Amino acid sequence: MRLPFFKRTATFEHGIHPAYHKETGSLPIRRLPFAPQLIVPLSQHIGKPAVCCVSVGQEVLRGQVIAKADGFVSLPVHAPATGVVEAIGVMPSASGKMVESITIRVYQADSQAVQVSAPRDVDALDKQELLAAIQDTGVSGLGGATFPAHVKLSLPPDVVIDTLVVNGAECEPFLTCDHRIMVERTQDLIRGIGYAMKVSGAPRAIIGVEDNKPDAIAAIQAALPADGTISVQAIETKYPQGAEETLIFALLGREVPAGQRPAAVGVLVNNVMTLAYLGRLLPAGEGMVERVLTVAGPAVEKPGNYIVPIGTPLRFLLEQVGAKSSAKEIILGGPMMGMTISSLDVPVTKGTSGVLAFASAQLPQEESQVYACIKCGECVNVCPKFLNPSQLGLLAAKREYAAMAEHFNLDRCFECGCCSYVCPSHIPLVQQFRIAKAINRESAVNRSTKAAPK
Amino acid sequence: MSMELRTSPHQVSDRSVPTIMKHVVLSLLPVSAFSVWQYGLSALALMLTVTATCLITERWFNRAAAQPSTLGDWSATITGLLLALTLPPAFPLWMGVVAGFVAIAIGKALFGGLGNNVFNPALIGRAFVQAAFPVAITTWVPAFAAKRFSEFVPSTLTAPLMMPPAVSDWIKQQSVDAFTGATPLARWKFENVTASAHDLLTGAVTASTGETSAILILLCGVYLAARKFLDWRIPAAVLASAALTAWLFQWYNPAHYPSPSFVLLSGGLMLGAVYMATDMATSPVTPLGVWIYGAVIGVVTVMIRYFGGLTEGVMYAILLGNALTPFIDQYTQPRVFGTRQKRKS
Repeated sequence: MRLPFFKRTATFEHGIHPAYHKETGSLPIRRLPFAPQLIVPLSQHIGKPAVCCVSVGQEVLRGQVIAKADGFVSLPVHAPATGVVEAIGVMPSASGKMVESITIRVYQADSQAVQVSAPRDVDALDKQELLAAIQDTGVSGLGGATFPAHVKLSLPPDVVIDTLVVNGAECEPFLTCDHRIMVERTQDLIRGIGYAMKVSGAPRAIIGVEDNKPDAIAAIQAALPADGTISVQAIETKYPQGAEETLIFALLGREVPAGQRPAAVGVLVNNVMTLAYLGRLLPAGEGMVERVLTVAGPAVEKPGNYIVPIGTPLRFLLEQVGAKSSAKEIILGGPMMGMTISSLDVPVTKGTSGVLAFASAQLPQEESQVYACIKCGECVNVCPKFLNPSQLGLLAAKREYAAMAEHFNLDRCFECGCCSYVCPSHIPLVQQFRIAKAINRESAVNRSTKAAPK
Repeated sequence: MSMELRTSPHQVSDRSVPTIMKHVVLSLLPVSAFSVWQYGLSALALMLTVTATCLITERWFNRAAAQPSTLGDWSATITGLLLALTLPPAFPLWMGVVAGFVAIAIGKALFGGLGNNVFNPALIGRAFVQAAFPVAITTWVPAFAAKRFSEFVPSTLTAPLMMPPAVSDWIKQQSVDAFTGATPLARWKFENVTASAHDLLTGAVTASTGETSAILILLCGVYLAARKFLDWRIPAAVLASAALTAWLFQWYNPAHYPSPSFVLLSGGLMLGAVYMATDMATSPVTPLGVWIYGAVIGVVTVMIRYFGGLTEGVMYAILLGNALTPFIDQYTQPRVFGTRQKRKS
């Protein structure tokens, strides 16, 4: 129901307004020194891990390819610093799994200038060459999805899209790195959008930015090309405005059909950070050796946005920003959907958009009393997918996981966490849904393996 | 450094069940204070007794079930206070104890406590005493009696298990003008006399302890709704559907049926719509469901008042709405995002 004479900020239905803590949004991006040792995982993206092409003891230059892409759905890895390969083997990663990684001992005296590059005229490339060039940069979805950028941009020939949606919502509390990128690297962003439009065939692009970042909107507006193919649109500051489907609805009023990709409604979504990095790396002919990320949280003394070499161990990062000794919980990503880590030895990867440090007292207490569901319906009122988390929660408590999927659309849940955020009974709703989904996946696998031998 | 591992979200809102319940209790205080001002010691004693009974019963069931105390969630306090507000001001205290015990024991504890009860516990308590003590629950006393702050109404202090004494002699001593002894709804039903909106709004009518100030209840409800401690759609649906039904009847036969404003302001409709129907545990959760639920309550209330043997229908209307809640929820599940019919653009 949108009346024509009632001008409203574009938005989606439902959602929440958490405390945003975007204080770091006004701080310029700063550069951090190299850690003495960098741990570079071969798999920082969704798809096949890269194939290592250096050996222990070999000297590598900053920007040099140290692992090659293994096929189309894969990305190369570049040396984030000049140094010597110290080890190749399994190392801890953020998810808790041990992953194959290359450890580099950094020559500390070296500058942070990228040593290996091949500047080129991107405009002269045709579509296929451009796709290959994008793969060579090693850029994945930098909002945290880590899907290889070139795979996302290469659409099947029968799919036609009319709009490239550029996601500058940054709806997670605390995170401001996208904000700073839009303000400080506006030209990179506009250039990157141009490349993405060329590759995907989108005739226009809309940049959606939450209205708590007026300086970003102004900066983009001033840099927009004159031909009008790119526009910027302020959207309401509300979580999860930056989720793909809610963003498309807010900007275009289109609902992506359940279970389908945004291309079904003629849209492709890319994150501002991803496109800004493409706009910077493609003409310079460089690889992804560092990224901008937000380091914040109550237990950080110098919160801000930092350029951090890929592979920097979190221990070093937190020492640099002065993590207080009270820091008990470290979150990668934002507080709504990010994950806690068990070890400070895990490195920053391409998908790390933020590192937040909390003292335990500032976090919701796990032992805080859980009450029975009082059926207040708050979760139903905030679910951006219009699910019924209250009912799902009651079923989860009875372990009716199959019924949750069959009758209450469990699989449409994308785990934004709004239900758990609002629940006055402190029922861990989304946490239960994650477990339910995992169990359903497992039983599906079991069923198919049982059926196979017949 | 020992790291804590949890799954997201790592940030939650500061609302909790006790904060919601505490605000409801807080918002009931003006309503309660107004009735004490009207009815004096008897009303105060009734509220304290019923609330205390509810708390003791709740705690006793906690003990029996070897559960931690649930008094801290404040829901039993709400039940007690609301129940007292629906009883006549001079209701014998021992009958109030019965009502409070039944409300918590049968209305709530046997279902499994807060959140699991099907019916509004306060109304279960009231329904029980309405059936058990039909005379006492329709024995009214006038507001603003002269000695209301210095002595109890004789019926208040009836000995346990005894029938209450007649209060007519006591009322005669109170120098109250023109006390009718019947509620506006009863007078309409049996004498076809409708009370003026002015009397209904200022509490100058015969009624249950907390029913007399429609305006005060509405204001407290607006506060709760503004702070999002109650779902404004439910009272809106109840009042709108009751008014609409009343308006249709009046349009059909203006001589016999009263105006919508009389229907809205008389009896316990306002208290029921704002505080009883909105009980979260016993009302639907779906956006469409709350409207249907509210509309059913409004229509049934008017139907009972007009065509039933009882003069007041709010209690049974809400209990019926409570009973329908699971069905309403089941048939009004929200439409999942991405399943909309293709729009023509």
